[in-house]
Amino acid sequence: MSAVLIAVLVLLGLGLVFGILLGYSSIRFKVEGNPLVDQVDSLLPQTQCGQCGHPGCRPYAEAIVNNEEAINKCPPGGQSTIEALADLLDVEATPLDSEHGEEQIKKVAYIREDECIGCTKCIQACPVDAILGAAKQMHTVIVSECTGCDLCVEPCPVDCIDMLPIEPTLNSWQWPVPKSGVELIATDRHPGIAQEADA
Amino acid sequence: MALIRITSPHAHRAGSTGSVMLTVLIATLPGLAAMTFFFGWGTLIQVMWGTLLALGLEAAIVKLRKRPVSFYLTDYSAVVTAVLLGLALPPFAPWWVMTVGIIVAIAIAKQLYGGMGNNPFNPAMVAYALLLVSFPVQMTSWAAPFVMTGEGWSVLSMGDTLSAIFGTAGAAVDAHTMATPLDVMRHRGGFTTEEMWVENALLANGIGAWHAVSAAYFMGGVFLLYKKIFTWHTPVAMLVSLTVFSTLFFLLMPDQYPDPFFHLTTGATMLGAFFIATDPVTSATSNKGKLWFGAGIGLLVFVIRSWGNYPDAVAFAVLLMNLCAPFIDQYTQPRSYGHAKPNRGMK
Amino acid sequence: MKNTVRVHGFHGGIHPPENKKQSTGAPISLAPVPTRIVLPLQQHIGLPADPVVNVGDRVLKGQKVAEAVGRISANIHSSISGTVVAIESHPVPHMSGMEAGCLIIESDGKDEWIEHQGLEDYTRLPKPALIEYIRQAGVAGMGGAGFPTDVKLHLGDDHIVNTLIINAAECEPYITADDMLMRERADEILGGIEIIAHLLQPLHIMVGIEDNKPQAIRALHAALDNSPLNLDIVITPTKYPSGGEKQLIKLLTDVEVPSGKIPADVGIVCQNVGTTTAIYRAVAYGEPLISRVVTVTGQAAGHKQNYEVRIGTRFCDLLDHADVRREQMHRLIVGGPMMGITVINEQIPVIKTTNCLIAGSIEEMPPQPPAQACIRCGMCEQVCPVELLPQQLHWFAKGKEFEKARHHNLFDCIECGACSYVCPSNIPLVQYYRFAKAEIRKEDAEQRKADHARIRFEARLERLERDKIEKEERRKQRAIEAAAAQAAKKDAALKTSAAPTAASAADAATADLKQLKSNAAIARTKLKKAEKALANAQDKGLDGIEPLQATLQQLQVKADQAEQAYAEAQNTPVQSQTAPETDLKQLKNNAAIARTKLKKAEKLLAAAEASGDGDISSLRAQVTELQEKAVNAEKAYKDADSGAVTAAAAVDTSELEADIAAMQAKVDKAEGAWKAAVESGSPAADKMAAGVEKLKEKLTTLQDELANVQSLPATTITTTVTTATINTAELEADISAMQAKVNKAENAWKAAVESDSPAADKMAAGVDKLKDKLQTLQDELAQASGGPVTKPVTETDTPPVTDLKTLKQQVSIMRTKLKKAEKLLAELPEGEEDPALVADIEALMLRHDAAKATLDAAEAEKAAAAAAQGIDLKQLKIDAAMARAAVTKAERALSKAEDGNIQSLEEELLAAQAQADKLNSTLERFSE
Repeated sequence: MSAVLIAVLVLLGLGLVFGILLGYSSIRFKVEGNPLVDQVDSLLPQTQCGQCGHPGCRPYAEAIVNNEEAINKCPPGGQSTIEALADLLDVEATPLDSEHGEEQIKKVAYIREDECIGCTKCIQACPVDAILGAAKQMHTVIVSECTGCDLCVEPCPVDCIDMLPIEPTLNSWQWPVPKSGVELIATDRHPGIAQEADA
Repeated sequence: MALIRITSPHAHRAGSTGSVMLTVLIATLPGLAAMTFFFGWGTLIQVMWGTLLALGLEAAIVKLRKRPVSFYLTDYSAVVTAVLLGLALPPFAPWWVMTVGIIVAIAIAKQLYGGMGNNPFNPAMVAYALLLVSFPVQMTSWAAPFVMTGEGWSVLSMGDTLSAIFGTAGAAVDAHTMATPLDVMRHRGGFTTEEMWVENALLANGIGAWHAVSAAYFMGGVFLLYKKIFTWHTPVAMLVSLTVFSTLFFLLMPDQYPDPFFHLTTGATMLGAFFIATDPVTSATSNKGKLWFGAGIGLLVFVIRSWGNYPDAVAFAVLLMNLCAPFIDQYTQPRSYGHAKPNRGMK
Repeated sequence: MKNTVRVHGFHGGIHPPENKKQSTGAPISLAPVPTRIVLPLQQHIGLPADPVVNVGDRVLKGQKVAEAVGRISANIHSSISGTVVAIESHPVPHMSGMEAGCLIIESDGKDEWIEHQGLEDYTRLPKPALIEYIRQAGVAGMGGAGFPTDVKLHLGDDHIVNTLIINAAECEPYITADDMLMRERADEILGGIEIIAHLLQPLHIMVGIEDNKPQAIRALHAALDNSPLNLDIVITPTKYPSGGEKQLIKLLTDVEVPSGKIPADVGIVCQNVGTTTAIYRAVAYGEPLISRVVTVTGQAAGHKQNYEVRIGTRFCDLLDHADVRREQMHRLIVGGPMMGITVINEQIPVIKTTNCLIAGSIEEMPPQPPAQACIRCGMCEQVCPVELLPQQLHWFAKGKEFEKARHHNLFDCIECGACSYVCPSNIPLVQYYRFAKAEIRKEDAEQRKADHARIRFEARLERLERDKIEKEERRKQRAIEAAAAQAAKKDAALKTSAAPTAASAADAATADLKQLKSNAAIARTKLKKAEKALANAQDKGLDGIEPLQATLQQLQVKADQAEQAYAEAQNTPVQSQTAPETDLKQLKNNAAIARTKLKKAEKLLAAAEASGDGDISSLRAQVTELQEKAVNAEKAYKDADSGAVTAAAAVDTSELEADIAAMQAKVDKAEGAWKAAVESGSPAADKMAAGVEKLKEKLTTLQDELANVQSLPATTITTTVTTATINTAELEADISAMQAKVNKAENAWKAAVESDSPAADKMAAGVDKLKDKLQTLQDELAQASGGPVTKPVTETDTPPVTDLKTLKQQVSIMRTKLKKAEKLLAELPEGEEDPALVADIEALMLRHDAAKATLDAAEAEKAAAAAAQGIDLKQLKIDAAMARAAVTKAERALSKAEDGNIQSLEEELLAAQAQADKLNSTLERFSE
């Protein structure tokens, strides 16, 4: 009988100790707000393009954190963003959902300035205020501020906005990843490579 | 001639992975010769049989993976695995023991992980451990060294050995098998070490064979060190740690624990220190890491030999330390130039 | 020759075959003067130089052709005399094989020096001036990186320089340019060191040289005997990469340059031996950096030796001179075999950093066999001079685990190639590192950009929100003011608290509305969920679909009901309010349509008449019919308009007033046109005169009408006010309507005054009348409420209308009115279809066109003015863009200049940013 009592008491004691410990740490290490949304948001490319179906990057981040949305719906971020998100949220990295667009090379908007009629529609559409101009004045894109979201292309009534790929310069040029030799293992995703190496 | 554009450097030292492996194979020759000399043709046959199997299996799997066969076979890593396994197996182990071992080593421990360079465990040791656990009888009956018969070349003849390995010739073989010194030491019952030697006079008479084989492996290891195939860190750390621990216990309880010399020169200590623990793929990376890695093996070898269930421990010790290698790597990064402290852990 | 300084060691290193003997057999020989040189604008670290010559200019040898931009940059000088033939993109020595801006100069064969003179005694010059003198000579590090030398010479300003190290190690195989330079020009080198020592005042000077150059060491010692310099020639064991700046520092001083810092931070400055001669020649002879020693070697080269080559000489010229067998040349390497780059275009020129050309044969440099798997042999780690874990970095780069790579100090890698050199698996390790570094830099840049974009996006959202709130505030403010005034008056009049009841009722109504809305939303959500469940069930072929469907239907009904209720609740008040309005609108539309039809018919008629064919009579009948219809429609509209609300009379009046104003303007315009016509002796002048008269008549009619209308509501209002004294609210509404009227009238009047219209006086009278009326009303209200009346705000000084848009609007209104007047004019002689009337219409049309032309002219003028302003704006924009570009450039330079003086760069960047910000703000102000 006393053995049972001891066991019960010990368990109770343990429960008490751990309860106090947990309670203390929940106060001591309390995390303010929901930093996960901020973390997710900081991984998104901030183009605010809406290709994910959300009105901006932050709403998408919130949807991801609330488990309402998959992490593979951001074409501007591409695979690297998906991997970063997967890493952060500890979920499987999935390939980009092609429904929301393909991953494209980085582009910036250019306004063909002699065709611009100065309607300011693109200025209103630009989420980062990267277009400069006034009513009836020629508009121009501040290239360094443009995120390439192409939200300004649609509203232009005279179609004078082009999305041009960013040309590599001597300074932006980079070495490509070395061509994989024949050491690729069976899990490689491109089955054609091995045959190429054979040939 | 059309010019090419290619990344620097444009100069390369001669040599390839294949040549590294070949050097390792050359370094095993003294050991192989000693084994053949003292324990008969068995080891040589095992090595050849294993090599044959390993090459065939490797080729088949590489073909299955749609990779160039000759490119992969010429790195000789399969041969190295087979030779090491052959050296480790008892000379008269039946042919199917080796077959199972090679299948485990090449197919499971190596190729399933992605082939050379990607295996976390030493393939030969995975195979050896599996065989030891699965077939304890076959794996513990060692050939008797020829010195014991006292009449020169009286080891089992080539034909008898072949039939022992590939046939079912039991009797002829039985006369030529016995337990290894480590086995005897392990299962000596209540005897002290001294009493054990008295009890097993035959073994005491033939222990020199094991010493000689160990010396041969040591020579091979020194050759590899000279060739800079590996650095001194792993083998030295392993041998030193084994010596230190065995000395400690020998001094404390000389009648319960064998002397360090016994530990260093019997079983697979030397083979393990120079040919198995130094396998670069599965060991720690940095010099500091290799010291920890080697020391860990030495300690585990001593622990398992002294208190474990199995007579020899190199395979288990190496496998256990293989497990630890990534962890060791994370905490033994060298201090890079211009940094006050080395990095630790992983980000 | 013993070392007086203890040589330390660095980790790792390799001993590749030296291959130096081949090119040390012959002394440095002068390469022939090229017929054409190509001078890349960027031969150094930092910003590209800016050309200061134009195509077609004649330049002399040593003449500055491009000027340094910013602090980290270098001048570029022509190395021959001749003519600038092009400034264009041309292949340059770069890994990518891409093109960059180059100056191309065609030789005139004279090789004529520009006037130049060295300094007699440089010690008398202040140090900044001396450094500037060296900067003018365009000296940049000649060891490989090409860091502008003057920046390094300035290091004494903000660092304590203890040790000056002259890098003569030349550890790369094949290259012997520095070796031969030391053998032959040791005195020049020491001269250069003297100058650097004078500038930096180091405590200790060391020349680090590998022991494989005994002749060079002897030559230096010999020269040192005749030099006042006190320096140590330190012989280091041959080991690659002992010539790396950080490795040499470690060798000679045992000091490690902390990661991310420059040697000057630990009191050390390094200079290459080649650079010292360039400094010496610049100071002693005034010669800018226009030539350098280049080793030409490799198995395919016929004469393997060192040449003094003019900078800008194309490789093909040099290779021809060195008798390179092209059929044997497999790889053309610029630099050494360990870190050099391969080029495939022989048109690429020698630049300030080109120290070696290797024409390698295929036997000499066989193509690398395919990479095998890494076996973690650790050889790379044994040779890494920075003590990294190359194989780990390789795994990380391969797996794109860049964060881990960075954690393993990837950015400390000097890309020396030792690891690749020893790798038994032939893995292109260095390329992996370069790839990983570039990717990390790119990711960082993208992250920065994303953060920046986020800030801008949030700022924009904030701005929009603020705008919205401000608008809302203004609206509310107005409503509150009106309500407050109303409430105050009500209180005063009734001393009851009826108002709050209404307010609370309104609140309750909104609350109900809200409740309904949320109900509807909830019903919708439920419906959606049910639909989803159903779809799911259907997909999976589950049981129980039918009950689900029933539920769904039920929900659907509920949702519909809820939504309907909501919609009804929402619409009821609105509908009750909008109903009469819609009717009015409809009527107005009808009238407008009728008018348009009429106009069209009229046009057709005029056309038919002018051409004299077609069924004119039927057309006329049609026109008459349409005219009737239009008049009816308009009448109906007007009736409805005036009948609907009493106060609507105000609308009518204002419209009339606007009509009058427009008419007045029209008259003025017509008169102007007429006068112009008279002056030009136009035959249409008479007709125009008649038209003007008619218009004037019209105007008078309109004005009369206005007077009538104005008197009518006024009496109505008076009676209303006198009879219904209790209903002050109505009175107040009347007053505010009146106030609006007064304001409008005043505006119209002001416009009239501005245009010097003769009708202004009349209008003024009208305004006064209106004001009187307002006053009467207010008095009445005061009487009714029995208290003092706070005079409503009568802000009449609205800004003059200058907006082009408003002008345009007015013009269009005028046009419509003109058309109306036209129609009325046509109506006047009832039934009489005399040609005079038709002519009148035509005349009016002409008038209208003239008026329109005038307007167009005015508009064009405005447009021109706007355009003139626009030029300024454009200029500003360009300036701003350039400033921004400067900022970006500075940023780029900063990120690139890892071993440079970052602090100064940062200062520069800040200055550029300030400039850009200033311009940007100006621009923003202007564009607003």
